This record gives sequence, C-alpha cells and structure tokens, in this order.
Amino acid sequence: MDIIVCIKRVPDTEARVKIAGDGASLDPSGVQFIMAPYDEIAVEKALQLKEASGAGTVTVVTMGPAEATKELRTALAMGADAAVHVTTASAPSDALATAKTLQGALEGRSFDLVLCGRQATDVDDAAVGSMLAALLGLPCVTQVSTVEAAGDTIKVSREIEGETEILEVSTPCVLTAQKNLADPRYPGLKGIMAAKKKPLESLEAPALESLSQVRSLSLPPARSEVTFIEPTPEGMQVLLTALRNDKKVL
Amino acid sequence: MTSDILLYIEKARGGESGFKKSAAEIATAGRALANASGGTLVALVTGTLDDDGKALLGLHGVDKVLHAAGDAFAPYLLESHAAALEAAAKAVDPRAILLAASTVGKELGPYAAARLGIALVSDATGVALDGDGLVVTKPRLSGKAIAEIVTGGATAVSLRPNTTPVEERPGDAAVETLDVAPPEARIRLVEVQASGEKTVDLTEADAVVSGGRGIGSAESWTIVTDLAEALGAAQGASRAVVDAGWRPHAEQVGQTGKVVSPKLYVAAGISGAIQHLAGMSSSKVIVAVNKDEEAPIFKVADYGIVGDVHEVLPMLTKAVREFLA
Repeated sequence: MDIIVCIKRVPDTEARVKIAGDGASLDPSGVQFIMAPYDEIAVEKALQLKEASGAGTVTVVTMGPAEATKELRTALAMGADAAVHVTTASAPSDALATAKTLQGALEGRSFDLVLCGRQATDVDDAAVGSMLAALLGLPCVTQVSTVEAAGDTIKVSREIEGETEILEVSTPCVLTAQKNLADPRYPGLKGIMAAKKKPLESLEAPALESLSQVRSLSLPPARSEVTFIEPTPEGMQVLLTALRNDKKVL
Repeated sequence: MTSDILLYIEKARGGESGFKKSAAEIATAGRALANASGGTLVALVTGTLDDDGKALLGLHGVDKVLHAAGDAFAPYLLESHAAALEAAAKAVDPRAILLAASTVGKELGPYAAARLGIALVSDATGVALDGDGLVVTKPRLSGKAIAEIVTGGATAVSLRPNTTPVEERPGDAAVETLDVAPPEARIRLVEVQASGEKTVDLTEADAVVSGGRGIGSAESWTIVTDLAEALGAAQGASRAVVDAGWRPHAEQVGQTGKVVSPKLYVAAGISGAIQHLAGMSSSKVIVAVNKDEEAPIFKVADYGIVGDVHEVLPMLTKAVREFLA
C-alpha cells in the first residue's frame, strides 16, 4: 500500500499567543513549532498500515517555510520512507490555495491512500483534506477513528454525534485522522539516524492567489473576574439564583 | 454572483427526527445576511421534507427551499450531498453558503467549496457584510486568537453551533424541487451503530458538565453524570480523563477533542490546561469546581467553588434538583 501523508508545521499547542505588529498574524518569536498533532496521528496510522500490509511506501508531504524540513525529518525518523517539501514564494493564506498547491505536488505520484490530520491546530479550518479529495476527484471520509485495508476498498469508522458510522471507501481515497485513530510513536535514535539518509525532495510551486484575507488577528476578549461561591448548601442557592436571575442560563 | 444566501440544512441523528438544532441558527444568521445584502434566503434540504420542517425554516427566515428529494440523499453521504449542494449553488449563485460546523458540515463545506472554486471559512462564530466584503469571525489557534477573515467573492462558511441566538419571524418558505442525479457512490455506508444510551449532543448542548482528573476514578464518575442529568446537560471530559480510559474520546472537550459553546459550562475537577480552555472558553457562563484555588480554570470561570468535587458536586446536584423542581 502506497500512502501519502500531508503534514503541517504549526505552533506548539502549549505556546502562548502574541499578535504581531501588523495586527493580522501571530508573532512567531519565542514560539516552538511542531508537527500538527492530528498529522502526527496520520503519519503513525500510515506506518501501521504499511507494516500490516508488508509492502508499500509512506511519503510525507508538507507545504511550508524552509524550517518545515524539521517536521518532515521527524516523520522520516518515525519511519516514513520519503519526504516532499513544497515551498512557495509567499505563503497562501487560505485552505483552497493550500489544497491546490498540495494537489500539484501529488501530480504524477501513484498512491492508494492520502492521509491528513483532521485539522491543523493553527488555522483550524479542517478543510485541506476534503478539499484535496475534491480537487483530485477522490472520495473522502473525514475524522476517522479506525482504518482497515481490505483489497480495493478501505473500511473506516467514525463517531458522529452519538453514532458510529462504518463506511467502505474505494481506493484511492483521502481520509483525515481523528485523535483516537492511532497513538504516535516517538522516533528512536536509530530512526533519527536513518532519517538523515532518507530522500527529502524540494519542490518550488507557484504562489497562488488566496480567495480570503485575514483582516485582523486579536486575543480573545478577557472574561470577567471570577466570583467565588462558598462550598455550602447556602452557597449553592446563591449560585443557582445568580445563574437564573443575573446570567439567565437556568 | 447574486446577493442570495444559500443554507445547507442537516438532518438530526441518533434516532431523532427532523433537522439538527443548528438549522434554526444558520437560518437566523442567513436571514441577517440576506437582509443586509438585499438577497433571498434559500435552503437546501435533502431526503425527506415534512410540513414541520418546512414551517421551521419559514419561521427562521427562509424564503425558498430547494428540495433534493429521494432515498439517494438519505442518509448523508459526502458524494450525493456534495452533488446536491453543488447543483443548488449553481442554481442560486449565492454570495454565501452557510453550513453548521458539525462533522458533516466541516466535511461537506470544504469539499463543495473546492469543487465550486470558492472561498471557505470553517467554525465561524460570526458572519456579516461590510460593504462588498463578507467578514467572518472565527477562533484560530484553538481559541487562543480570534481572526477576522474577509472575502470578496462567493464563500462557504460553517458556523459553530450555539453561537447564533435564534430569531423568529412570521413567514413561509416556498418549496421547489431540485433535480440532481447523485454520482456513482464510491463511499458506502455499511452500518450505523447507535451509542446506546440516549444522551444530549455535546456540541449542540445548552449545558455541559465536564469532569477532570479530580474526579479520581471511572467509578466515581457518577457524580458528574448525576449533575449532568439534573441540569439536562451533556457530559464532557478532560484529556487526562480520556487518556486514562475513564471516558470515551467522543466526550473529550479541548484542542484535540470537541469545541463547545454552551450557555452553561460546569468544569469539575479540571485544572484548566490551555488545551482544555481552547475547547470551552467561548461558553457563555463557566462554573468551576476545584480544590486548588490557584487552578487556571478560575481565570476563565465566572463562578468558582473551591472545594472537594466529591462533596461539592452531590451538594450542587441536590440543590439543582430542588431548584428546577
């Protein structure tokens, strides 16, 4: 089974957010960057599927700045076979431009499955996976919790609001990873050494125009100061009365 | 592009009939946009459409329903619904397409937007017209920042449930049949397993009670369930609790779980790691119970109770039962 995994370099989920001087972007100073957590899960699942089938390749693809080779090396150290680094003169600011750029990078490559994370934890649009499927003319299931290869089809399950759907998808297809799809491995020293010798291809893609622009980025409005309530039956009455009369939520 | 607004109406799941609760919310948001643009509000309904459904859409501002009827559109499958949405979008040529930011909305919206070659913004908390621009407000970095995105052309927007207060107006929606042939299915639904117990949908719930590591064990989780039942609330859990196997991942609230915006969020025994706050800090009112008064959860809470959850939660549950009786 030949699998492509699309990954993204994003700020660490523990990072404190500072807004840059332009008022429309993140100030990256002092921010650690990581592979987006759901993408890491997608890489892990791809490796498991390849190992289970006993044949095939896992290729990781990212579009991002020069520094994004670090995240590609991480995926190679986890066990991916090859990496593709797509760079553009200016970073596209929306999901469709990103999906089109990745589509271009996949042209001419043969694969049975494209795996993406459910969403990158920076822009949070959860869009590139299903957009890429639409552009490639492939079927797509997002937020899958299990993936099982079965000949020319793939059997997946996902949780949707109190239900579990079991679906069968023809290959090639695009799937996006829910958190419980896999538990990412830590790359060992051997993997890290081996990653240095694995192929990392660089591709320059044309910068595509974005259909949307970020007008502003700001910190969320501060929440009001906490009111402490006594942990007593009387305190509970005070709380419930406030929730009903002041906040009108009961 | 016209000044019309198109809605994708999602059916309820889990044995419930009719539309999802979010249908009234996106209709309200769509009505406001259509009023501002001077356009018509059109809703796409797939599968069955009964009088109640039609009345509900009319009540929340829909002028016209495009109905893609037939078994081919029920239940939801991406390819058939994308074909219906694409056909509706080509017929209406709308300024904006609104969907709910549900699992389905976040799958279908981007897929259809890419097929149509239009802009997309997911998980918005607000949408408005500003001159020629459509301005979409949405949390980024898991809620640690708020972005305003502007588009000049047709745009698909999924709206986060519970962030649009529903409005009503007297009105009726005219129904037109939308002729669309679904493509050959490459995705087949094998089976739908119900979760068993009847529970409130976490992302659409008006109230959520979440428990964290402070609950202590899977066995003592009943104190969370009892309070949730008393409040008619959905149950949530912190990542630590899910990682420990006390609760299923479907209940996880936070950056790698669900994002919720209920009217009332009760955090019990949750310290308030940044990754949990990302999933619940847009709740209207937050009540936190924690034994550590320095816990970060109190920085976002409106009401804080410093105490042992094993004592406070049963006390609160009893008070709620009496209060709501």
